[in-house]
Parts: sequence; structure tokens; C-alpha cells
Amino acid sequence: MFEDLRDLYQEVILDHGRHPRHGHRLEAFDATAKGDNPLCGDRIQLWLKYAPDGTIAKAGFEARGCAISIASADLMAEAVTGRTPAQASALSARFRDMARSGIAPDDDPDLAGLRPLSGVHEYPSRVKCATLPWHALVAALDGAQEAGSE
Amino acid sequence: MNVTTKPALLDLARIRADFPILRQSVHGKTLVFLDSAASAMKPRAVIEAMSGAMETQYANVHRGLHWMSERTTEAYEATRDAVAGLIGAPDRHEIVFVRNSTEAINLVAHSYGRGIMKPGQAVVISAMEHHSNIVPWQMLRDAHGIELRIAPITEAGELDMAAFEALLADGRVGLVAITHMSNVLGSYTPAERIAAIAHAHGARVLFDGSQAVVHRRVDVAALGADFYVFTGHKLYGPTGIGVLWGRRELLEAMPPFLGGGDMISSVSYARSTWAQVPHKFEAGTPAILEAIGLSAAIGYVQAIGYEAIAAHEAALTDHALARLSAVEGVRILGRAQDRGGVVSFTLDRAHAHDVATLLDRQGIAIRAGHHCAEPLMHHLGLESTARASFAVYTTHAEIDALADTLARVREFFA
Ligand SMILES: Cc1ncc(COP(=O)(O)O)c(C=O)c1O
Repeated sequence: MFEDLRDLYQEVILDHGRHPRHGHRLEAFDATAKGDNPLCGDRIQLWLKYAPDGTIAKAGFEARGCAISIASADLMAEAVTGRTPAQASALSARFRDMARSGIAPDDDPDLAGLRPLSGVHEYPSRVKCATLPWHALVAALDGAQEAGSE
Repeated sequence: MNVTTKPALLDLARIRADFPILRQSVHGKTLVFLDSAASAMKPRAVIEAMSGAMETQYANVHRGLHWMSERTTEAYEATRDAVAGLIGAPDRHEIVFVRNSTEAINLVAHSYGRGIMKPGQAVVISAMEHHSNIVPWQMLRDAHGIELRIAPITEAGELDMAAFEALLADGRVGLVAITHMSNVLGSYTPAERIAAIAHAHGARVLFDGSQAVVHRRVDVAALGADFYVFTGHKLYGPTGIGVLWGRRELLEAMPPFLGGGDMISSVSYARSTWAQVPHKFEAGTPAILEAIGLSAAIGYVQAIGYEAIAAHEAALTDHALARLSAVEGVRILGRAQDRGGVVSFTLDRAHAHDVATLLDRQGIAIRAGHHCAEPLMHHLGLESTARASFAVYTTHAEIDALADTLARVREFFA
């Protein structure tokens, strides 16, 4: 049973969904934003701390939501660490494209660690679970308090 | 009221054959539809009544002097009689057609709330309302200086009657608006007692019967209600039609909600006068086909009989409570003594959305989320739950499939 769901719930996703590495608030932070999906009740608060050179030194979040949204937030926190705000924002756009289309170009090494989440595109009602943290990221980078919805 | 005694027996195979959609498969699996509380499937009688009208007998109502319009007006108006019979309304003019429960409650909040209530009065709702019985009262509060009071529920998920009565003690409550059955916890509320207490304190009472009317015979006169609302699509009828029942003297005293055609008696640029109830509240071309569909749905339910429906659903609910509570990690929310066919639960290892997605791949449709009852979720300390809900066509085997599959879902997230 559920064999066809292994594309969506890959081990990485189950693991990060259960044991997020970055699922905590940052006591010292430079930017924060909230993402809300009022239709399903998913919610995330994201915090960013910048390094002296302007790159993202740390990302942390508190979220309530399903395995997909928690895993997406955690993999995102990992993926944006060490990047400039511009790079992180560009990655957010590419991630959201991938989540909607399922297409993760092989020549995009930045997406490598995020590829397990591409399976979500086959579940239209779940795409927003995966993209919510990334909307919060863009809001935090832009200095907005709250993510705009899609 | 039309009381006929029917044996509490229902021919499930025949009933399922009446619902063509139940033969569909989803993801290659037989559909197990356990989301009827959100919207119920439609029997062939409803489908055929609506397409039959479009094919043979249709025109606008209340305005044509031709045969088609007259016949269509008769069919539309016959639905008013059917609804009056269904809920025991003493007078067919007390039945107002609206789009759904939400619109019915908004109508009362506007026309009774702003039109009749005075700033400084209060409205009491309960802690287990659907957003549609919260937000209109908040809007009334903010626009008209009405206080909004929330009657708490007990730990079992029943209305706390002592606390409810205490909220009315100061005599400032003008209206009590409470669900007749919770769409999350399944609890029925003791409508007769609520109405008696409300009246003893000088308040009117509205019941949100969106869920209640699906599962049991409702008699608005016996309940002592002042307003009763429900929505057609949960009662095996089409979307786009709902019902407000109100006592005639209240409806007559209330100003209209929407203005336009059909609701007037005369119009000049200086002033217009209103039509008699219920037409005063039915502005514009109504949901003609949907009313015809609702009539067929009511006929369908009455032919089976509420006794049989209630007995079937009570057995299903008992079975579901027993089967689901035996699944490790499942926690059932609410244990009201008096409940209908709705069971909300959580699974320890997985979020309700993940549960719903896994079940869906096995063809099992449940609802997951906050069920348009965020304040209740907050009270329960939850962000979302899974919910299985039952209808006249639900089988014990479907509940077994849910319970068995839930155990596998839990293993998946081990
Ligand atoms: C208890 C209750 N009240 C009100 C509603 C609103 O019904 P509708 O959306 O048809 O207006 C629902 C259905 O979602 C409900 O379950």
C-alpha cells in the first residue's frame, strides 16, 4: 500500500518532516516574516540572521503544518545558508517553479538538495504546502512582515 | 406536519444504486466517500428533476403570463411547501430561499440584527460554530454596536448549559444563534432547552441546521425556534440553494436584505414598497432549477424516512467510534452523548493533510483542516483534524476500510 506515494513522501522528506534541523526561532535575527495559508491552517514564522558580508548566516523557523511543509522549510533553511539575499530570492522563484511543474533542471545544482520535493506537483492541493516557506523567505528578504499569497 | 411511520430499515444496495457517482473510482480504487458533511452526493432523482426541467419545462418565475412560466413558478413554489413540510413550518410564507446557510445567517444578521436590534444588545453564539455563524455576527458587532458573547462548550464537546444561561442573565441578549449540530464534533445541541432559556430571557433564537437537518427530523415549531437555516447541497440537493425559515411576524417586521426585482410591491424614483414575505427577501431571479432539485432531494429523503436514516447513521457512527478508537494513535475529538454522523480525529504520527493525501490514494475521501471552525480548533489546541462523515449511502465496509487504512498510514509514518 502507498507505493505510489513514495515519490511524494521520499525518505528525506519524512526525515526532515519529523526531525527538522532548523525548526527553532533565532534569538538574534535581522529579518523575520510570517507565512499563512488560511485555507488549510498551515503557518510558518521564519527568521534570518545575516553575516557581516551580507550573506545569510542562519535561518530558523517555527511552523505548524504537514510533513511536506515542514520538510520544505527545513530543506530551504539548509539551502539558503551561505547565500546572498539575491541568490536566495532567485532560488525561491526556481523552487516554486519546480514545485508547480515537477521539472528540476539537472544543470541547476542549487536545486539538487530540493529535488525530492518536486514530486508535490502531482498533488495540486499540496503544492502550497511546499511553497509556503519560500513565500515567507521572499517576504523576510524584502523586509515585509507577512508573505503575500499566491 | 406530515408524520408517517416508516420501518427503520433501509435498503442500502438500492440507495447506493440511486447515487450514480458512487460507482466512480479514484486513483484506480473504488471511491469511499466519507466527506458528505462538506457536501453530499446527489441521487438520480435530483439530477433528473433538474435536467428534466431544463429539457421540458423552464422559464423565469413570477413574471411570465405564459404556460412555461406558470408551470415553472408552480414547481418553484411547490418547493416552499416541501420545505415547510420537511421542517414543520406552520406557514409556507415563512420559507425564504437563499443561496446557502451562509447567506441565510447574513440575512438575519442584517435584517434582524441591524433592522430590529438596538446598539447595546448582545448576540450569543457557541464555541463550536462554523465561520458562517461567527463572521456575520462580528460584522454586526462592529457596524451596529452589538456585543458578541460566546457560550463555552464542555470538555465532552457539548454546550455548557449553565454557562450559556448565565450569559443571558442581564437581559441584554437579543438573539441566540447556535448550531443545531456541530460540523466538527458531531454534537447535537439541545435546541428545545436552548430556545426555552433564550425566550425566558427575552431573546430570539436562530439554529444553524446545516448538519442537523441531514440526519434527523427537524420540527421548528416543536423546537420553539424563531429562525432556522440550512443549505441544500448537504441534504443531497444542488448547490446554490439554501433556506431561511423565520416566524412570520419577525420576517414581516424585518427590513429587506437585498433590493431589486421580485422583492418589491411598487417602485418609483421617490420610493419603493416591499412585496409580502417571503418575496421581500428574494430579490432577483432566484435559483429556480436548484429549488426544483431541492424539492426532489426532500422527496428522496422523505421517501426513505428520517427514522431509517437516523437509525442507519447512528449504527454507522457507533461502528466508526469503535473501529477508529481501536486504531493505535487515533484520538477522537468530542464525545457528546447526542451526536450525528461526523467524527473528527487526529493521528499521532501524521498531520491531517498527510493523512488525507494517503487515504485519497486508496480512494478514501475525508476532510482535513480546520473545517471552517478556527476558534473551535484553537479551543481544542489543534490546528487541524481529519474528519470522516456519513450519509444515507455510507456502508459499514467503508468505515472498516478507513480504519484499516489508517493503521497502515500510521505505519507509513513510523
Ligand atoms: C454547521 C455548518 N454551518 C454552516 C455551513 C455553511 O454552509 P454553506 O457553505 O452551504 O453556506 C456549514 C457547511 O460547511 C456547516 O457545516
